[in-house]
Amino acid sequence: MSAVNEVSTPGGPVRRLAGLLHRRPGLRLSALLAAPLLWLVVAYLGALGALLLSAFWTTNVFTGDIVKQFSTQNFHDLITGEVYRRIALRSIGVAALVTVIDAVIAFPMALCMAKLTSPRAQRWLVIAILTPLWASYLVKAYAWRVMLSGEGLVHWALEPLGMSGAGYGLTAVIITLAYLWLPFMILPIYAGLERLPNSLLDASADLGASTFRTFRAVIWPIAFPAVVAGSIFTFSLSLGDFISVKIVGGKSQLIGNVVYDNIGAANNLPFAAAVATVPVAVMVIYLVAVRRTGALENL
Amino acid sequence: MRSTRIALAAAAAVMMLAAGCGSGEANSGGAASGGGDVAGFTPPKIPAMQSLGKGEGQVNLVAWAGYAEDGSNDKSVDWVTPFEKQTGCKVNTKVAGTSDEMVTLMKTGQYDAVSASGDASLRLIAGGTVAPVNTALVPNYADVFAGLKNKPWNSVDGVSYGIPHGRGANLLMWRTDKVKPAPDSWGAVFDPNSPYKGKVTAYDSPIYIADAALYLMATQPGLGIKDPYALDQKQFDAAVNLLKQQKTIIGEYWSDYTKEVQAFKSGDSVIGTTWQVIANLAKGEKAPVRATLPKEGATGWSDTWMVAAKAQHPNCAYMWLDWIVSPKVNAQVAEWFGEAPSNGKACQETSDKKHCATFHATDESYWEKVHYWNTPIAQCLDGRTNVTCVDYSKWTQAWTSVKG
Repeated sequence: MSAVNEVSTPGGPVRRLAGLLHRRPGLRLSALLAAPLLWLVVAYLGALGALLLSAFWTTNVFTGDIVKQFSTQNFHDLITGEVYRRIALRSIGVAALVTVIDAVIAFPMALCMAKLTSPRAQRWLVIAILTPLWASYLVKAYAWRVMLSGEGLVHWALEPLGMSGAGYGLTAVIITLAYLWLPFMILPIYAGLERLPNSLLDASADLGASTFRTFRAVIWPIAFPAVVAGSIFTFSLSLGDFISVKIVGGKSQLIGNVVYDNIGAANNLPFAAAVATVPVAVMVIYLVAVRRTGALENL
Repeated sequence: MRSTRIALAAAAAVMMLAAGCGSGEANSGGAASGGGDVAGFTPPKIPAMQSLGKGEGQVNLVAWAGYAEDGSNDKSVDWVTPFEKQTGCKVNTKVAGTSDEMVTLMKTGQYDAVSASGDASLRLIAGGTVAPVNTALVPNYADVFAGLKNKPWNSVDGVSYGIPHGRGANLLMWRTDKVKPAPDSWGAVFDPNSPYKGKVTAYDSPIYIADAALYLMATQPGLGIKDPYALDQKQFDAAVNLLKQQKTIIGEYWSDYTKEVQAFKSGDSVIGTTWQVIANLAKGEKAPVRATLPKEGATGWSDTWMVAAKAQHPNCAYMWLDWIVSPKVNAQVAEWFGEAPSNGKACQETSDKKHCATFHATDESYWEKVHYWNTPIAQCLDGRTNVTCVDYSKWTQAWTSVKG
C-alpha cells in the first residue's frame, strides 16, 4: 500500500514539500517570515507589551512583591500628579532644544563635508566625527562636569568677558546632551546631502537663483528627511537620558530619573513602567507627526 | 489594514502569554505577600542551623561595593583569597547598588548570604528570605560590640537574624576656607537665607527625608517626631516642606561619592551631608574640609550579614560570616570602606591606629545620636498605633516632588 503511494508521488518528502511550497505562495511567504516575525513580536513588541501590562500592576509596600491585579492607580497618580506633568514637559523641552541645537550645528558641518571637501578629506572627517563615539559615555559626561565646574574651563574662558559659567543645572544638561548626540545628527544629514547631485546646484545658479533661494528650493527639500532622521535619534536619546542629569544636572531631574528612582530606590516596577509609557507615547506622537510630513517615505 | 489586525492579534496573544506566566508566579510567590503586619509581625518559622558541617566548595554573596574585595581593585586589599584558601569555599560576589536591589536579588534564591542595611533587613526577615542565625556557630560574634547585638534591624523577638558588619553616620561636611564660623547644626543646610546659597549639597535618595525629619525632631518638638523613619502624614508633610524650601539653596544633589569629592574639591559645593569616607578622600585630595556630627544627631547605617533561608551553601555562608567579622578582616573592610568596625578586637588590627577613634567605633554616646537607616512602613516603627505612618513608596514619590 505504502509502496504504491511512494510511486504515485515521486521524489520523496523533500520534493513533496517543495511542490507544496510551489503551489501555495502564502505558505512559502509565512515560512520565510516566521523567524524574523517571531523575533519582532516576542522580543520587541512582547517587551513593550509586558511594559504596558506591568504598568497596571501594583507592589506590596512592605515586602516589595508585585501584586498582579489590574489597577489604573499608577496612571491615575501619573496624570493627577502635577510634578510628573512638569517633569514630562521639562524633558520634552530639553529634548527639543537639544535637537534644535544639534540641527543648527550639524547642518553647516554636514554641508561642508558633503559638498566642499575632497573625497579623501571626507573620509577623515567622518572618522573624526565618529571618534567621540568610541569613548565611554561616562567619560564624556564627567569631562563636561569638570569643564562646567565653578572653577572649570568654561568659567575660565568666559571670565575675561565679564560672564560666568552656567554651573550645574538644566543648561549644563542641554550642553552635554547636545555634545553627546551631535554625531547622530551629522551623519544622517551628511549621508542625505551626499546624494544631492552637484549639477542641481549648478543648474540653480545658472537659472539665476540666489544662494538663499538655492538653499530653500533645492538643498533643503532634499536634506529635510535626513534632518528628520537625525532628529529622531537626538530627540529619543535625549528623552530617555538620566545619567547626564545625574552628573551635570545639579538639582534638576528628567523623566528618566523618575523611572530610575522608582526601580532603583523604591522597587516600584509597575509605577516605573507607567512613567516609561510617557516617552513611548511622546515618540509615537512625534513619529506620526513626522510621517504626516512625508519625511519617512524619503528616508 | 489586514496586516494591522494581524499585528494586533499577535500582540494580544503575547500579552495573554505574559499574563499567564505572571499569574503563575503570583501563586508561587504568594506566601510572602500580604505582609505589612509589623506591629505584631511574626516572621515565617525557619529553623536556624544547628551544627556546622563541611564546606560546600563555594558561596554566593550579595554585598555592598567594597565589602568582599578579592584584590581586583587594589592588590593589597584582599580578604577573599585567604578565605578561599583556608576554607576551600570559592566566593562569588554580586555587588548591589541599593538596598532594594539586595532584596530583589535575595528573592531569586540564588544567593547564600547578604550584607543588608537596616532599610532592607526587616523586609528580608518578614518575607522569609533569610533565616535566623545561630550565633554559637560564629565564634567571632562574641567580640562584636554589645551596642550592635539584638537590635530591631537584625533581630526579631530576641532571635538574631544576622551578624553585625559595621556602621557609619551621615555627617555634615564643610569647606573650612569658605564656611565661617564652623557649623555645628543641620540648620546650616536648612536655612533659607543661607549665605552659601547655590553651594549646598544633599544626598539624592528618598531616605534623605529622614534627615529633614531628624532636624525637625530637634527644632520643632511640637510635631512630636520620635523616630525619623516613623512619620505620620502631618510630620511627613512638614519634613517634605522643609526639603522643598531647602531646594532653593541647593546647588546639587549627590548619590555618587566621587561626584561629591570633586564638588568639594572645586568649591562647587561648600557645605552639605557626607560620609566619613568621603571626607577622608576629599582631605586626601587636599580639599580643606572638615566633617562633624551636628548637635541634632544624624542618620546613618548599620549593616548585617544575613544567611538565606534556602541557602545552597549554608556551611560556607557561616564560615564567611565568621571570617568577615574576624578582627583582622573586619579591620580591613572598615578601613577600605571607611566605617566603624563591629568587632572590638578589630581596633588593634587596623593599619591606621587611629581608625577606630576617627570612626568612633567604641564611642557608644556618639552612636546614640545616630538613627540607622530603616524601612519606613505603614505601621509606625516607633510603636504608635493610633496613626498610620507614611510608607517608603510614598517617600519615593515625595522625593520626586521635592526635586520638582
